[in-house]
Amino acid sequence: MESSLQITAATPEAALLDLPWRTPLEEWPAEVLAALPRGISRHTVRFVRLGSRVFAVKETRDHYAFREYELLRRLGKLEVPCVVPVAVVTGRADDDGEPLESAIVTEHLSFSLPYRSVFSQSLRPDTATRLIDALAVLLVRLHLIGFYWGDVSLSNTLFRRDADRFAAYLVDAETGDLHRELTPGQRAYDLDLARTNIIGELFDLEAGELLDEDVDAIAIGDALVSRYDELWRALTDVESFSADERWRVDERIRRLNDLGFDVGELAIVTDFDGATVQIQPKVVDAGHHSRRLLRLTGLDVQDNQARRLLNDLDSWRAHADRLNDSEQLVAHDWLVHSFEPTIAAVPRSLRKKLEPAQLFHEILDHRWFLSQNEGRDIPMPEAAVSYVDQVLQHRPDEAMISKDDDEDHDLLLG
Amino acid sequence: MATVTFDHATRVYPGTERPAVDQLNLHIEDGEFLVLVGPSGCGKSTSLRMLAGLEDVNGGRILIGDRDVTDVQPKDRDIAMVFQNYALYPHMSVADNMGFALKIAGTPKAEIRQRVEEAAKILDLTEYLDRKPKALSGGQRQRVAMGRAIVRQPQVFLMDEPLSNLDAKLRVQTRTQIASLQRRLGVTTVYVTHDQTEALTMGDRIAVLKGGLLQQVGTPREMYDTPANVFVAGFIGSPAMNLGTFEVKDGAAQVGSAQIPLERNVIAGMTEADGGKLTVGFRPESLDVVPAGTPGSFQVETNLVEELGSDAFLYGSLKGGVVGELSAGDSDQLIVRIDPRNVPMKGEVINVAIKAGQAHVFSAATGNRLS
Repeated sequence: MESSLQITAATPEAALLDLPWRTPLEEWPAEVLAALPRGISRHTVRFVRLGSRVFAVKETRDHYAFREYELLRRLGKLEVPCVVPVAVVTGRADDDGEPLESAIVTEHLSFSLPYRSVFSQSLRPDTATRLIDALAVLLVRLHLIGFYWGDVSLSNTLFRRDADRFAAYLVDAETGDLHRELTPGQRAYDLDLARTNIIGELFDLEAGELLDEDVDAIAIGDALVSRYDELWRALTDVESFSADERWRVDERIRRLNDLGFDVGELAIVTDFDGATVQIQPKVVDAGHHSRRLLRLTGLDVQDNQARRLLNDLDSWRAHADRLNDSEQLVAHDWLVHSFEPTIAAVPRSLRKKLEPAQLFHEILDHRWFLSQNEGRDIPMPEAAVSYVDQVLQHRPDEAMISKDDDEDHDLLLG
Repeated sequence: MATVTFDHATRVYPGTERPAVDQLNLHIEDGEFLVLVGPSGCGKSTSLRMLAGLEDVNGGRILIGDRDVTDVQPKDRDIAMVFQNYALYPHMSVADNMGFALKIAGTPKAEIRQRVEEAAKILDLTEYLDRKPKALSGGQRQRVAMGRAIVRQPQVFLMDEPLSNLDAKLRVQTRTQIASLQRRLGVTTVYVTHDQTEALTMGDRIAVLKGGLLQQVGTPREMYDTPANVFVAGFIGSPAMNLGTFEVKDGAAQVGSAQIPLERNVIAGMTEADGGKLTVGFRPESLDVVPAGTPGSFQVETNLVEELGSDAFLYGSLKGGVVGELSAGDSDQLIVRIDPRNVPMKGEVINVAIKAGQAHVFSAATGNRLS
């Protein structure tokens, strides 16, 4: 029987029709593929290039494809950092009419770094710590909204530079479930599985001699658990103090802001004689700094990048002696007179190596380094020129990290 | 190894009133393979997750052996969840892929090797232990993934729809493998599926759930031969049992133009709530094609015949009855197994009678078994 190909998508992508859906994904010709590194997956996964965009295609059974598509959409609406689902393709058959597996298509996250490339670049000694911090933040955010991941691993995560840290994105929601609220058992199990998977993945890098010998895989797995617990407690613990220590309410909120979270709702309970106060954050939203920067400047960047930019905005404001002007007005001027000219000072051909906010962050770092060396204030345009010359042009293009020669890591199970 | 006991175990999700699992009482023997089966939303996965420690238990308790684990953390329950989505590590040998969780737990090297070798023997992987996963076939890779759970030597294996993302062929193969492996290992196993065929072919016993309530637990044979209620009768068996609700007159159910005689104790079990009606069920293979006019027989008009070689199933409708009054499963047709060498044409009317002792009779009001 002739089956008919069906593409289910929120926004129609006519170009998807041009892909060779009548061929098993494993046999897709090189000319449609984009050479990007793949994580460890039990399914066949390929990256394809359509025009200027890159998509990830994963073969799976239709029920799972629709389920994951829907989950990713819901996670996106909840503003969780995750890949954007594009379409589900069903009703596939080869030229002999033999049915082929359905596929889910997601948009490739630009400027993202799979863990294998981050580790193999051996950026700084504390790279692992920063990756684990990012994953802990992601896991806490997912758990706060009631998402049970079911298969937390480095392979199911992508990392993006976020100022001097990383931000983690969920790329595989196949085993996940969205609940109203997670039980302690679900959180504990998810975290334990994360620890096991991460250590397993690092053992694997070790076995492949892709990891520095000094890296202690088990310590890194344990670090995730302690970072997660620390953050979870900071965000959810009940805090008690005597009624004359009310400043501790503001203190708690500031601490959460520092961690990058806004407090949407705070429960404050006093005991019967009013001598003791108990507070507990009830609703916390990640993205404190990015929301503030977006409101002030319209720049939509990751949270630590936003923190860095806001700090620069503050010092620019002090420097320009405009502490009494409205914040919005100053922010607009900072954007026009500092941020944009700095980015514009980077030659267009090199600009795609890093996201603009990341470029700005690195130029700020570079300026600090120059100022220290030369013992004077270096203006941003001068710092930008020096940065391009000494740093940027020697760096790889990170918009799309290309595939390493480690070909055999997309092993399939079934 | 251990028994598993659900003792009035109840799970109520926050914000809902009706329990997702309501007072579940179930005792699973040491070494037994128990399948939890039912339609989506019946509470089977929730029950499994309660045992795994992923769902809170809001009432009752859960025991593994004699140990009350109701409030024990998942990782301290000595259970292993077997997943459908294992990925193998490409740079590690098969042995390391199987044993890495033990290495994390700090198990001495010699003991890891010993446990891995034992598991490999059972899994037929001994000669591959020092190779990379790349050298293995799809089925072997799947066994390596099973090996990861086996080397941990848990008291209980938990499996939640482990075959659901395999294609039909591999599903049947893996089904047999898991069942025979479980028997060789003798580890108590709780297995969740929505597929009654999987349940019938794999389980020592099957527990059918619906709406959070345990409907019946028994061996596959018991579930098939003496379903405790209309739901189990319609759920277990493929093709499904024919079921219909009919008037009872003069000690017989009025099926179309036929009278199906009922046993006295069945009639005695009827209550006012039944309103003079009973639900009668019979499996497709429980009918004989008989000459017209045979007492207790009724007429079926042929709509379609599905020929399977060894068998043939006739899909038809009851003559002289209301459409859908007597039907199997979700269809509005009744199903008769017929001789594949003597197949009626579409539109042809055949005369059938229920084989002696093969009718199932249920209360029209409660759905509970009366026969």
